[in-house]
Amino acid sequence: MEYFLTEEQKMIKELAARIADERIKPVAAELDEKEEFPWEIMKVLAEADLCGVYIPQEYGGLGGGVFEQVLVVEELSRACSGVAVSYAATGLGAFPILMFGTEEQKKRYLPDIAAGKRLAAFALTEANAGSDAGAIETTAVRDGDYYILNGTKQWITNGGEAEIYPVIAMTDRSKGPRGATAFIVEKGTPGFSFGKKEKKMGIRASATRELIFTDCRIPKENVLGREGMGFIVAMKTLDRTRPGIGAQAIGIAQGALDVAVKYARERHQFGVPISSFQAIQHMLADMATQLEAARALVYATARMIDAGVKEFSKEAAMAKLFASDMAMKVTIDAVQILGGYGYMRDYPVEKMMRDAKITQIYEGTNQIQRNVIALELIKEYAGRK
Amino acid sequence: MKIAVCIKQVPATTEVKINPATNTLIREGIPNEVNPFDLYAIEEALRIKERLGSGTVVALSMGPPQAADALREAIAMGVDEAVLLSDRAFAGADTLATAYTLAKAIEKIGEVSLVLCGKQAVDGDTAQVGPEIAENLGWPHVTYIRKINEIGPSEIVVERMTDDGYERLAVSLPALFTVVKEINVPRLPGIKGQLRAKKAEIPVWTAADLEVDPGRIGLTGSPTQVRKIFYPQHETTAEMIEGSPAEQAAALLEKLRGLGVA
Repeated sequence: MEYFLTEEQKMIKELAARIADERIKPVAAELDEKEEFPWEIMKVLAEADLCGVYIPQEYGGLGGGVFEQVLVVEELSRACSGVAVSYAATGLGAFPILMFGTEEQKKRYLPDIAAGKRLAAFALTEANAGSDAGAIETTAVRDGDYYILNGTKQWITNGGEAEIYPVIAMTDRSKGPRGATAFIVEKGTPGFSFGKKEKKMGIRASATRELIFTDCRIPKENVLGREGMGFIVAMKTLDRTRPGIGAQAIGIAQGALDVAVKYARERHQFGVPISSFQAIQHMLADMATQLEAARALVYATARMIDAGVKEFSKEAAMAKLFASDMAMKVTIDAVQILGGYGYMRDYPVEKMMRDAKITQIYEGTNQIQRNVIALELIKEYAGRK
Repeated sequence: MKIAVCIKQVPATTEVKINPATNTLIREGIPNEVNPFDLYAIEEALRIKERLGSGTVVALSMGPPQAADALREAIAMGVDEAVLLSDRAFAGADTLATAYTLAKAIEKIGEVSLVLCGKQAVDGDTAQVGPEIAENLGWPHVTYIRKINEIGPSEIVVERMTDDGYERLAVSLPALFTVVKEINVPRLPGIKGQLRAKKAEIPVWTAADLEVDPGRIGLTGSPTQVRKIFYPQHETTAEMIEGSPAEQAAALLEKLRGLGVA
């Protein structure tokens, strides 16, 4: 489908596609097998100026928005979504600074992120606080010009590899979600350490670790927004990055569809290519149709956000929900079309199926997305006469 | 240090078609790209500049007006300046006339200490232009460079790839090197570079700008006549000599005498 990209958007998409095909595809299986963080590819993305597509030019970026980031994430995910999420997670860490940072904080962190010199990560989830973000147990206690952080964040993408971490901690637990505050914590701060690297089902090139805070002193200048705004920082950030998960999902699905169609045309059974069987044709047709519908929704949402629309929680949740459910289904069907070969690690589709699963889980499970959509929907209708 | 990189725009296809009547390349209807080997030369020039922390890299190409696209790609990769040598009078040049014209342009740029070229162009495959530029300039040249070890103010130490290993050579500057693909992995042109390349103004130098000898450029300055194009065959054969050691030795000696090598 024609999405009428600007010349610069086409340039970004083409370059990301070239990196995906030339630099990521050849090593994707190896990165997955070895669970190796893709530093070399991160360097290529930095040199290509893709780390700052969504960062304003005044901070060294290209001045694009969510849509430009979506284009990059989609292309990278086609080759390896473990690599793509490492790229995208820096965006998840950068958006809170972009949206809520002071001029000084922006100047301090965004140029390095845009140049790809430092990665970022966003730390919200804990062992007992996932979907229920209000149950955060990490605390931040004010001590003069400092806050003292204690607690453990769990499953933090880019944990250990990133250097800049917006972290959500409770400054006043009695206030519930209104007692949360966001802080920027830098790697190397005394009292800030990392737990073991998690072993995952998919996106295995990406690094997922615990962040451990033990009497970690953070200067008050590192508060993002204001004290008590932590929950808002988190929710507004996730609204903005959910189309990125949608992009990841459509990239994975596109990669799987590419393999499935190619295979169906080459694989002969009963003397003919299996693509001549209607059973296969209908599967491919459904995969392609669902994929295009998801892409249209993700793109439209990203463009809506970039156009400056104020309320987009519902659309962002829909884009994430629909695209990730689609990716799961399309990758399962791709494995089915490849049959026994699809189940083997020699072919890329089993990895895509493993990678697709996480898109239904992280940055808010799809059950939480439905909650968000339903809540917005009911609010809308309640407002009507 | 000022480094010049000579690049060529070639048809973007691995199957080059030859016009059987003229034995020249058919270019019509085929998209163009930078000669892949030249990308290694551009990358290495940029790396030398980065290593030294200063310097200028100038990309140079002789060709029709659309060869400016090749220079734009070099700019996108990060070269500082680009110059296109384009004039109807340059058309039909063989390697001799091309090298002469490029050498005159390098002289006009001035203060160039190092010229880098790809080992050969994938369309013509001659590998002659690089060395011929050096001869025109009266500079030393080394072909098939796979590594640049040390860069001094008046000398560069390089490794030259050979069939069975490599040679380590110290070369006084100014000099010209042709590079092989083992030397680096060329960077992809970044978005900022691509945007810069789109806007860049590329000066075009004509025969008059270069003050060339009109008898040494273009078709007039090209004595080469292409009769046939083929890859030279290097065949090695093995023959097993049977018998006792003494018989084998005698048979071998006889063979070597027959070949005139013993």
